[in-house]
Amino acid sequence: MNAKYLSRRLINAILLLVGISFFSFALLQLAPGDFFDEMRMNPRISAATVEGLRGQYGLDRPLLVRYERWLGSIFRGDLGFSLAYNSPVGPLLQARARNTLFLTATATAIAWALAIPIGIWGAANRGKWSGRISGLATSTLLTVPDLLLFLCLLLLAVRTGWFPTGGMVSPGLENADLWHRGKDLAIHLFLPSFGLALVTLPTLVRHIRSAMIEALNSPFVRAARGHGIPRRRLLFRYALPVATNPLTSLFGFSVATMLSASLLVEVILSWPGLGPLLLEATLTKDIFVVVGIVMLSAVFLIAGNLLADVLLFASDPRIRVE
Amino acid sequence: MKPRYKLRAAFILLAAVHAAVVFAGFLAPYGFANQDRELPFAPPTRLHFFDAHGRFHARPFVYRSQPDPSQPNAYVNDTTQEYPVHFFVLGAAYRIAGILPAREHLFGVDEPGRILLFGSDAFGRDQFSRFLYGGQLSLLAGLLAAAISVTLGMFIGGLAGFYGGWIDEALMRGGDLFLALPWLYLLFAVRAALPLHVSQRQIFVLLVAVMGLIGWARPARLIRGVALSAKERNFVLAARGFGASNAYILRRHVLPQAYSVALTQITLLIPQYILAEVTLTFLGLGVGEPMPSWGSLLSSLQQYYVLASYWWMFLPALFLMPLFLAYYAAADALQERLKSVPL
Repeated sequence: MNAKYLSRRLINAILLLVGISFFSFALLQLAPGDFFDEMRMNPRISAATVEGLRGQYGLDRPLLVRYERWLGSIFRGDLGFSLAYNSPVGPLLQARARNTLFLTATATAIAWALAIPIGIWGAANRGKWSGRISGLATSTLLTVPDLLLFLCLLLLAVRTGWFPTGGMVSPGLENADLWHRGKDLAIHLFLPSFGLALVTLPTLVRHIRSAMIEALNSPFVRAARGHGIPRRRLLFRYALPVATNPLTSLFGFSVATMLSASLLVEVILSWPGLGPLLLEATLTKDIFVVVGIVMLSAVFLIAGNLLADVLLFASDPRIRVE
Repeated sequence: MKPRYKLRAAFILLAAVHAAVVFAGFLAPYGFANQDRELPFAPPTRLHFFDAHGRFHARPFVYRSQPDPSQPNAYVNDTTQEYPVHFFVLGAAYRIAGILPAREHLFGVDEPGRILLFGSDAFGRDQFSRFLYGGQLSLLAGLLAAAISVTLGMFIGGLAGFYGGWIDEALMRGGDLFLALPWLYLLFAVRAALPLHVSQRQIFVLLVAVMGLIGWARPARLIRGVALSAKERNFVLAARGFGASNAYILRRHVLPQAYSVALTQITLLIPQYILAEVTLTFLGLGVGEPMPSWGSLLSSLQQYYVLASYWWMFLPALFLMPLFLAYYAAADALQERLKSVPL
């Protein structure tokens, strides 16, 4: 049962990726204009030279031929050829994808570590002033545009100088020992990951709070309260396990928000992830890089959802039986 | 707060903001492209009631900002001359709601005084006026794109839920393609396919179309669910018994069931699309100068010296927060109402 379910999900995911790859590839290849537009404007470069270059990079072939070649290049790990960097896309994306994953994973950990206690606290104190404060704070945070939040963090870095304004590693520390490099990385990671966590925090807290309230209001918890079971035990041993079910599906959803927001935070706080590269590739029409990054983001998102489903499968016996 | 009051309060705030943006020309003292190269990055003008001699003036007045000779990029107030604030003054020409030509402005001061409520940008343009004008672009983009998404979602979701079978399967698998991508990445991918250098109007239309077209999947899913349950209802079966056609039943009995879901979705999508437009324009992929949008007002903050020295450049972003609060509150109240009303 377990293996069957997993394999069906995997096949579904692969089909989805193939579909996305074809559509994004076709969309970008058929779009008007290409990387050589700037060159065409240049009177010193003849039209024949530009056409020659297009032929050399295979841009003059029919769509299906190009798609087939691109699919072939995936298995070589190339993912096509970046015209702007004059190198295969795969190795170019590798380090960037690692940085983005590192950032989003840290941010997810921070967001959940903050959201679970705040949400439980809000649910336990619902109807009281202390519970309302947490509700008010999260609603206020929800209305802050991501852009403003990230710009404020950048302002903090620029004005105080406590944090670097971008990058991952301070210059001159490339060959330092593990302890110093780790400390340096943590300082660089702090602002982007904290900002990213704050973006998803309000939604997470609200869902955790409402899931907990629902669990606390269910008859079995009321019966347990009637038996005189202490409040703390009631919260953590009775209500929390019931509330984990909706939260696991929320995890998959939060991955999508995280990825989108990380694009912006990486650009504003200069984190060397996929975001700045995607912006640059969009502006120069470096299509293989765009397709590669879009595919990677889809892989991340699908993997996140798959992970959420597997966790749900493991944590909820009702789903396993069905 | 009760949902009814919450909805009402949110609606009043939204109406006020939208009216302010529609009548931007009247409320803004200056045109959006009106430059004053002598006053780059001037701080917000303060309204005074007491003059240099301590005398009280019932009519507020402003002092003229002049570059400080002792230090660069700083301004001092010239307190020798007061410029009283006049109401309903004649000024730069504009068009009411884009149609009627007019010259009246709500307030203004006599030249050479200038009233800059949000300060000025690098070209000495009034940020307050640009904020109001910028809203025209950003709000319109959000509203139109949300309308496109929900209309498409309603159409596709209704068809999928009503007909079922392979139509449902095909449409919903198509929707999965759109949902399997983080939306900002999707937006970038489609934006990368569009030409970079085209006219402002074309960019705007393209931007709205792109945002509207990629967001249909989520509303479609919800509306499909409504249609799925609606088609089994007794009145639908009765209409079918009387020989009503599929198109008639869909239009008359099934889709009206989905109106409240669609309304909630629109209220949820509009702020999201406004933010999407702001983000794209901020990154330089939207409508360019001199047309202001809320995104381009903020884009100068990407330079560290602007970010660190001129706090008033943040004001447009701060004033967006009540707008988003109102939209979220409205969506919240609508959702609560949706839950309390049985389908």
